[in-house]
Amino acid sequence: MDYHMNHLQELESESIFIMREVAAKFENPVLMFSGGKDSILMVHLAYKAFYPAKVPFTLLHIDTGHNFDETIRFRDELVQKTGAKLIVGSVDEAIKSGLVTEETGINASRNGLQTAVLLDELEKGKFDAALGGARRDEEKARAKERIFSHRDDFGQWDPKNQRPELWNLFNAKHKMGEHFRVFPISNWTELDVWQYIAMENVDLPSLYFAHERAVFERDGTLLADSVHIPKKPGEEVFMEMVRCRTIGDVTCTGVWRSNASTVEDIIDEIATTRMTERGGRTDDKRSETSMEDRKKQGYF
Amino acid sequence: MADFQSSELLRFTTAGSVDDGKSTLIGRLLYDSKSIYQDQMEAVEKASARRGEEGVNLALLTDGLRSEREQGITIDVAYRYFSTPKRKFIIADTPGHIQYTRNMVTGASTANVALVIIDARTGVVEQTKRHAIIASLLQIPHLVVCINKMDLVDYAEETYDKIQHDFEKFAAKLDVKDVHFIPMSALLGDNVVNRSENMKWYQGQTLIHYLENVHIASDQNFIDVRFPVQYVIRPYNDEFHDYRGYAGRVAGGTLKVGDDVTLLPTGFKSKIKSIQGPAGEQKEAFPPQSVTILLEDDLDLSRGDMIVRPNNQPDVTQDVDLMICWFSSDKKLQVRGKYNLLHTTQDMRCVIKEIRYKLDINSLHRIEDDKEIGLNDIARITIRTTKPLFADAYRTNRNTGSVIIVDEGTNSTVAVGMII
Repeated sequence: MDYHMNHLQELESESIFIMREVAAKFENPVLMFSGGKDSILMVHLAYKAFYPAKVPFTLLHIDTGHNFDETIRFRDELVQKTGAKLIVGSVDEAIKSGLVTEETGINASRNGLQTAVLLDELEKGKFDAALGGARRDEEKARAKERIFSHRDDFGQWDPKNQRPELWNLFNAKHKMGEHFRVFPISNWTELDVWQYIAMENVDLPSLYFAHERAVFERDGTLLADSVHIPKKPGEEVFMEMVRCRTIGDVTCTGVWRSNASTVEDIIDEIATTRMTERGGRTDDKRSETSMEDRKKQGYF
Repeated sequence: MADFQSSELLRFTTAGSVDDGKSTLIGRLLYDSKSIYQDQMEAVEKASARRGEEGVNLALLTDGLRSEREQGITIDVAYRYFSTPKRKFIIADTPGHIQYTRNMVTGASTANVALVIIDARTGVVEQTKRHAIIASLLQIPHLVVCINKMDLVDYAEETYDKIQHDFEKFAAKLDVKDVHFIPMSALLGDNVVNRSENMKWYQGQTLIHYLENVHIASDQNFIDVRFPVQYVIRPYNDEFHDYRGYAGRVAGGTLKVGDDVTLLPTGFKSKIKSIQGPAGEQKEAFPPQSVTILLEDDLDLSRGDMIVRPNNQPDVTQDVDLMICWFSSDKKLQVRGKYNLLHTTQDMRCVIKEIRYKLDINSLHRIEDDKEIGLNDIARITIRTTKPLFADAYRTNRNTGSVIIVDEGTNSTVAVGMII
């Protein structure tokens, strides 16, 4: 026998190890599920980590109410298939109850409001660990975050006071009211994710593949035409072959001109592209350290 | 499709300061392997211009935190990723000054290869020695000495030879197995990705060729079977009624279906009935695979226990000698102090019995008359644990030879240790 693992098998093994550590070290872990490919990958890995037992994590979706329809449909099918328990935290309801206030103006987005709703759900559910599908190659603040990332009792991240992480020894000790964010796919890149999806035949929402869609252009980014985004005068809607590279709220997810209609096409496209994955995310562009600032407050 | 399925993962660490060209070298590797994206480059160009800097400051690619960008320093380990058709690389990029010893130790803990960068104009200096000592302490299997800025010494072979000689003389005292030397200019690209036209006297590999081809398959221990039980899988359903699977990551050796095994700490014996991997049943398991093991007998076994072979067992001991690096900036190591200890999947308490000596990280001298251990200090200590550890020496197995020490009051990780 050849004792050899390829890089995808090694990443898979590391992620499974981390998920099992979470199940062993925390009382009540939850998996943050956005409906994007990274959280779908997380569910896939969790299924493998605990087979033939059920995945011991509840899924938590923070629903901005401004989703692509495909995302919600896919989420509900996945929940049915895996038998997982799903909790939905609704930004709509949080606005109605006064927990958060809706942004106004032409670039209004509910992205920032998700933080308050997420923290509220974590507190209500008494969750002591929240697994997330964030990756270090996505964004420079994420590149500095630990795999087991401590949050104080206000849900805040302190980037200057992070616990060192060595070998496979994760310090998950915490006091009542504090929690951890855990990122099992920290070391995966966008290309790794797609190669693994190809190797494992993982099902994904159709949004990731090239399709014809009504779009318009704002500040150099293509956005999907949606009732949730009011258009400025002069912004014309037109049809275009596009796909999503990331899926978030419809108000801040740019779409991408592409003809890649299969996983193999997408792997080729990513291997040759000169733009980063989150290049179309208007939420990251609000300032140079916008991700770090949001993370400090408790964002994903 | 076929090529990415055979591509391996290699982790390497770099340590150094801005002036020895570390950022330029990393920038060169990322740029030449097309891993810096256009929008990232534009953002860095914009940020550099806003700060009034001439040219593009590649350090801004990795210095992601606000305080790092404000102060212009790297305060933490940054992880960067790139790949070539042969391998995927993870770089743990750490600052090299003495006050960042703990970051260097962190970056070195999982690395297969360490790059030690030397400025050809200055040769082997204190910082070079410190990096090499840390690589040796953390048992990084392969060391590459990058003799950089050769363009500034007229690509002179004599300069290269002298530095190599000086380094080898010093490294004779260290525990490093595999050392390579490469003369290069990261700025101009000589011997990084492309062969140098200016140093025909050098017949060795370029850096990227070395990183793509260095033999890492035996960096793990494939001899001594160690399987720390991480989690017990019990489905509680009709289909898998009596299923009891021991999940974990192989920490050493190879396990086969049918193998006789001994369980620690009970000493009970059994046989491996089956092995379940991420892709289904498998006949064998080896490090660092995550698998689930089923045994022939129904025995008491839980998290923290270990599956080993009857004739090859780790030390079962409560008295442990460690080489530690102290990580806490606000507390000193307390003799007779009690701490939490994490080792493999075990979690226990320990008491510090004795501080034997402190190590001078620049010279390897043992300091026996100063036993105050604070931030970034490296020391040899003896501890006693509340229950037995199933331990190997760090130099025979990094997975079963490493521990972290946690303050019981604040829950912060105050030290990391390697079992002697």
